[in-house]
Parts: sequence; C-alpha cells; structure tokens
Amino acid sequence: MKADVGIRHRSKLPLAVAGLAATGILAALPPIVGLYQTQLLTYGLITAIAALGFNILLGYTGLLSFGHSAFFGAGAYSVALLAQNLGIHSMEAYILIGIPATAILSAAFGYISVRHTRIFFGILTLALSQVLYSLALKFFWVTNGTDGLRISRPTLLGGLITFSGSGAFERFIITYYYYVLAIFVVCVVLIWIIVHSPFGKALQSIRDNETRAAFIGISIRRYRWFAFLLSGTFTGIAGILWAPLNGLATPDVLYWPFSGEIVFTAILGGFRTFAGPIIGGIVFTYLKTYAVATTEYWQALLGSVLVLLVMVLPAGIVGTLHRITASLIAIGKRPS
Amino acid sequence: MILLQTINLKKWFGDTPACDDVNFAVQKGEFLSLVGSNGAGKTSLVNLISAQLRPDSGQIMFEGRDITGISVAERIRLGIARSFQIVNLFDGMSVFDNVALSIFSRQGKTRSAATLADLDQEVHGEAISVLGQFGLTDKAGVLASGLAQGERKLLDVAIAYALRPKLLFLDEPTSGVSTRDKAQIMDTVSSIVRAGQVTAVVIEHDMDVVFRYSDRIVMMHEGRLLADGTPDEIKTNKDVANILLGVPLSA
Repeated sequence: MKADVGIRHRSKLPLAVAGLAATGILAALPPIVGLYQTQLLTYGLITAIAALGFNILLGYTGLLSFGHSAFFGAGAYSVALLAQNLGIHSMEAYILIGIPATAILSAAFGYISVRHTRIFFGILTLALSQVLYSLALKFFWVTNGTDGLRISRPTLLGGLITFSGSGAFERFIITYYYYVLAIFVVCVVLIWIIVHSPFGKALQSIRDNETRAAFIGISIRRYRWFAFLLSGTFTGIAGILWAPLNGLATPDVLYWPFSGEIVFTAILGGFRTFAGPIIGGIVFTYLKTYAVATTEYWQALLGSVLVLLVMVLPAGIVGTLHRITASLIAIGKRPS
Repeated sequence: MILLQTINLKKWFGDTPACDDVNFAVQKGEFLSLVGSNGAGKTSLVNLISAQLRPDSGQIMFEGRDITGISVAERIRLGIARSFQIVNLFDGMSVFDNVALSIFSRQGKTRSAATLADLDQEVHGEAISVLGQFGLTDKAGVLASGLAQGERKLLDVAIAYALRPKLLFLDEPTSGVSTRDKAQIMDTVSSIVRAGQVTAVVIEHDMDVVFRYSDRIVMMHEGRLLADGTPDEIKTNKDVANILLGVPLSA
C-alpha cells in the first residue's frame, strides 16, 4: 500500500506551480531586461521549442537525428514562401499552413529513416536534410538561393495586432515575445503530456530495450515513426516562429551545422531530462550570441564548450543539477 | 486439450540443426519443462514459437489455428508471451512502469498520447496487483536497473505475466541466481501460473527444480525431441540419464 500511494499520487501540483512561476517570471522580464534582451530571449524560447521537439526522438525514443535542420528550415521557408508568393502576412495563417507542411515532410523523412537505427539512422537523416538544403540552393527562382527570402512583420491574432508606423519595431519585439511565450507554453504542456502518456512510455520502452518492447506487443517501427512525426513537427513550429523574427529565411537553416546546433542544445541542457532542452535552448542562444560578439573564432569557442560539456557534464546542465540535488538529499538522509 | 503444437518444425543455422522436424505439443493448463544440454535447441524452439525466428519449414498451431506466418505482436494478442534467458527489462523506467507498460500494451492504450499514464486507475490497480503477486510492491518506485538479480528475474516474468497470456514461456528463470533465490522464484512463478490458470513452458537446466515443479518434461538433444514424459518417467529414462551424465547416446 505504501508503494501504491508513492506511485499513484506523485503530485503534479509542485510541477504546475513551478511551471506557472517560470511563466510568470518570463512574462515579467521584458520591461526589466530591455528590448535587445527580450529579442534574445524570444530566440531562446524558439530554440527551446526546437530542442524539445528534437528530444522526443533523442531523449525519449533513443534516436539521434542529424537532420532536424530540415524541419526547422521547412517551417521557416513555408512562412517565407507564403509571404512572398501568396502575400499572406497573418501569423496564424503561417502556423495553420506551416504545421501540416512540416508534418508531411516529417512523415516522409521518418518513414524512410526509422527503418534503421543508431549511426545508420543518423546518417540517413543527415543525408535527407542535405537533399533539402541542396534543393533550396538549386531552385533559386523559388528560394532566391543564398540571398534567401525576406519576411515582413506579420499581423497577429487574425489581424487584430499590426505593426506599422513609428515604434513598430519595438512594439513587434515586445508583442512577438509574448506571442512566442504563449506558443512555447502550449508546446511545453503538449510535449510534457505526450512523453508522460502511455504512448510516451512506449517510446521510452523502445529506447531502453527494443527487443523487450516488441515482446510486449509494441510495434517498434510504427511508434518510432509517430515519434519522428511529432518531433519534426514541433521543430517545424520553431522554424515557423523564427522566420518573422529573423525577417529572412536563408538556406543556412537547412544546412547540417544547424542540425548540429539543435543536437548541441539538447546535450547542453541535458537530453535525459524534460527541462534540459528548454534550459539548453535559452543558454545556447546566449552562448552563441556572445561568442559571435566576442571572437571571430566563435565556432572554435562553441566547439570547446561542447568538448568540455561532454567530458565534465555529460548529463548536461539540468541533469547535473538533478544529480547534485540527489546527492545532497542522500547526504542529508545519512545518519550522523 | 492441445493448446500449442508444432508440426515438423525445422530451423537450421548453416549445417547445425537448431530444430530438426520437431513435433512438440503443449497441453492446456500444464507446467511443462523443456530440458537439454546447451545447444540442444530449446531456446531456438521458443524463439520460433514466439516469432523471434522464422522457421525453414513446418507449422506452428495455437488453439487449432496456424500461426506460423504471423508477427510477434499478433502472437502476443493471441495469448503467447515469454520471458528471456538474459533478463530483458526497461532499465531506465521504474519497476511499476515496467509492468504497467505491459498492461497498457495489452489494453491497446499505448496508442494514446493525450492522457497521462499515471492517472489511469485501472492500469495502476492491476500493475500494483501483479507486483504484489511477485513480491515486488516495495520496489515499485525503484528503477529496474537498481534491482538485485533475483528481483530482476521476477520482474522479467512479471512483465510477461502482465500480458495475461494463455501460454507463457520462461527461458531459464533461475539462471544466475543463488540457490535460495531459485526456490523463491520458482515457488512464486509456479503458484502464480497455477492460480492464474496459465499454461507454462519453462526452459531449465537445474534438474532438481525441473523434477520438483513440472507436470511433464520434454528433453531435446541436437535439435530433436529425445524424451517426453512425467518427472518419474524421465527420471528412469536411460537416454536422458546418459545425456545428463555426458555419455554419448550410442553408449
């Protein structure tokens, strides 16, 4: 009965309170930190959504994708193409059209990729994403090649909020921050439910022991495919949100180093924890921004951080904090 | 009543026969032990029946239905489950989740991504009940990787049992555990199997365990069935004695 209580009533209340407190802090930040930091934070939240989506595959299904730039880029380009070719400037339209577009791409790439695991899966996702990158370069009459496609500031909430006239940039940065924050919260809640659902448990069983998962009746390939589809779609949502903020979609977001950045982000935060990619997304955004501003060898600096991270903090920031907390609790419980 | 039957089942690995024209039958409700020296073909036979291996030829019939060509998942749905010689757990998950996952899968709930697993009271109650039957209730919240070897063996069987199979294959459930733990594991398993009216086929090397718990014993040798009978019949079978003592059959 003791275990019954311990398992069943793992209360969600502290988690909900912590989530609300974190959201409250994030909502209170713009007037305190100023415009530039608000813009950086928006990029951080978007990167966190991409990393959370990516982590459905890595952290919960045990599949390391090197091709998630494809879905981020597909999201960004779907916005750019809608704006350039169809004259659509509604953020909600971008989201409603962009999500199915990235979902279809994820379903197609996933269908091919999940037939393989380990290094073969990684290489296949990398190859597929680079096919998309080369298409973005070659079809320059559609994508405008390396110059990319410009995206003007969209309207928000079905045209209720528009950005023109003096102070439009400042208003856009602040308003868009809250828009992204709202979608970020929705994505976090959705992904949290998914990974704590029976489906999410099935994914974790595949990650832990594929053979045994098959012998309790779980269809491995089908579940991996669904995980891929969800993962790519959430990363695509990040791309959709990123495009209007950046104002330009270039093939860089489809190139493999960008996939590497998503992997880096998840490892930095800790891919074995739910919150790891969120912290990783925000920290990585700041780390990259300040590395770029500090030295022209910023890639070398980020590379060194990654090496250091893998060697010293293999569990990432959040994973290490968990371990330290657990150790302190264990020490506290030890009889003196 | 015959629950499972193999008809001329054949599987060769190169020149080595794993199963050579095996005609094997399991009666409903019995506790059957499958014995034989290493390489006799016991695990291969279970792998063929559970669809981990595909036979070269022959048929597998379950409840009168030919299941030779159907998938692992379909066989599980029909009521065939197994545990493994080398313990196969979900080490990154709690003991509770290991068992609950079997129940979710059996009930077709693993397709649900919009509900929280922890809040499913029906699955929760059943998982706690299964853990109680296997004496693992106190370990429910522990990671599977943190269990002792004997407990890991029990959890391995509990995962298979939670699928509520009609036919349960247990591949060496007592290997690698202490003599004291062996008795505990087999007492637990046999009482649960008999109480749950599950038919069990146990691969086992320890003949004391085999003679103590089995209704019937089948011995395999070099991919073929060598002997089939009650524990008393097997005890007096000279071929079996020769194999167990390492004497060639021709002697």
